[in-house]
Amino acid sequence: MRGFVSFLGTRLARAFVALWLVSTVVFVVMRLSGDPVPLLLPPDAPRSEIFRVRAELGLDKPMIVQYGIFLGNVARGDFGRSIHFRDSAMNVVIGYLPASLELALTAFVLAAAVAVPVGLVSAIRRNTLIDHAAMGVALVGQSAPTFFLGILLILVLSLQAGLFPTSGRGDWRHLVLPGLTLGAFAMASIARLTRSAVLEVLRADFVRTARAKGVSEALVVGKHTLRNAALPIITITGLQLGQLLAGAVVTETVFAWPGIGRLAIQSIYNRDYPIVQCTVFLSAASFVVINFLIDVLYGVLDPRLRTR
Amino acid sequence: MASSIPVSAPADLAPRRRVPWLAVLAVGFVGSLFLMAAAAPFIAPHDPVRQSLRLRLKPPTMEAADGRAHPFGTDHLGRDVLSRVIHGSRVSLLIGFAAVGVGSLVGATLGIVAGYRRGWFDTVIMTLADAQLAFPFILLAIGIIAVLGPSFPTLVVVVGLSGWMTYARVLRAQVLVLRSREFVDAIHGLGGSTLRIILRHILPNVLSSLVVIATLELARAIVLEATLSFLGLGIQPPTPSWGGMIHEGREYLDSAWWISTFPGLVLMLSSLVVSRLGDWLRDVLDPTLRGE
Repeated sequence: MRGFVSFLGTRLARAFVALWLVSTVVFVVMRLSGDPVPLLLPPDAPRSEIFRVRAELGLDKPMIVQYGIFLGNVARGDFGRSIHFRDSAMNVVIGYLPASLELALTAFVLAAAVAVPVGLVSAIRRNTLIDHAAMGVALVGQSAPTFFLGILLILVLSLQAGLFPTSGRGDWRHLVLPGLTLGAFAMASIARLTRSAVLEVLRADFVRTARAKGVSEALVVGKHTLRNAALPIITITGLQLGQLLAGAVVTETVFAWPGIGRLAIQSIYNRDYPIVQCTVFLSAASFVVINFLIDVLYGVLDPRLRTR
Repeated sequence: MASSIPVSAPADLAPRRRVPWLAVLAVGFVGSLFLMAAAAPFIAPHDPVRQSLRLRLKPPTMEAADGRAHPFGTDHLGRDVLSRVIHGSRVSLLIGFAAVGVGSLVGATLGIVAGYRRGWFDTVIMTLADAQLAFPFILLAIGIIAVLGPSFPTLVVVVGLSGWMTYARVLRAQVLVLRSREFVDAIHGLGGSTLRIILRHILPNVLSSLVVIATLELARAIVLEATLSFLGLGIQPPTPSWGGMIHEGREYLDSAWWISTFPGLVLMLSSLVVSRLGDWLRDVLDPTLRGE
């Protein structure tokens, strides 16, 4: 137990360092990108007006002071006021968050609900046609570029078959294509890992013992195998959830989905630093938090880790 | 030993090695991709940037309308899609390989030194690697390119540095094991310098892993470059790139599906084949990498 707690402690410390580095990099990159003030004012604005706005946004202070203020504010969850939306950045991003969460969770549920059974069947029916077909599709899904997958889905299921709308947010039909696009990579990864995790356990001595005892195949798979294969499956599934929350930028752009990924891209073009910082930080934070929760879950699910 | 135990377990690993024709096919595909990029001006049926208002949005056909056919159709400016796909391979491969060069050089150096020296340097490098893995990198890439402008060197560095952590983590782990082996102590005792130990004795031992990771990274780099081009942040028009073509064709998905579809399919196939090649190399050269 002691070892596990100190393991979690190290992980937690690393998570904080990661978040600090992320915010530093974001600060440096955004400050390098130039002065946003001319974008905010009409081209004929007097110099005095430019200086006033600059002072108002704190852009006239030395860089190191700006950085210090920035870090202090980040710690309090304050990313400043959006230059474009004229509201606190956190408020704006929180307004876009539900759409992103909706999409990420849809993709996640789709991926897990399809991939775990597929991986399981593939493992049990190893080297059959079903296995080869499923793993072939998974390989394609894993290496297909997200944006092109989205375009293919729009082309076939939306424009040709007319089943789903091409873009935007609305009822459940709007969720299907972006959900599939975003979830494809996760689905493929989870399916492949489930298969190899189950295969691994099926080889174990205790499975052979169970079979020798005459335990039914359903029980061997359902109880002995799945329980032992659950750990790696939960790990990769959780890691994928982190990726889905952080990585929806491309999918949201392809489907004009009003989430924080698309907001981030638009804000980069608008040079709206506070929004960019806030979205990037929240994405990284959600990823780090989920990874930490998986580590905790590990200890809960695997007693061996706790007693070590 | 396997024959004395009648279990079916190892059967799962064996067939892939016994059937190398898939690997041969993959090598052949990558080779022809190279040829296509190198000989693009000679094999492309048309000039990839010549516009023609008369030939706008022509569907794919094998019939020669004006001397030579447009098997992949033409785009919204009347340019031949096939010729653009052929020329587009140059951008993908050039940036892909250059980025893998940058990434492997930075990643391998940092990883080997971290594993060999350990201590604070190791901690710093591994913390940095963890931080970058926790980062939605595409946002950072977009931010940097939006700031510096989408030029060839910028793209190579951004795409290259997006993958350095993979090299660093794997090689560090291997060097940690290698450095405690007797032969390292022996060379050290004989007066070999650290640099000599690393270059002559450690590096050859991790080379196969390096090749495997570089191949897998190549697939990732090609896709990342195409993604950036798709977002309008890649090599700028009129130079054809696969991602850029998919972006241009997006407006015409309804009326001219071929503009986006052909470059997209070639991109998808390239990424699939190169990553399969990497998987195969891993199984042959270094099966211990499977979990990474």
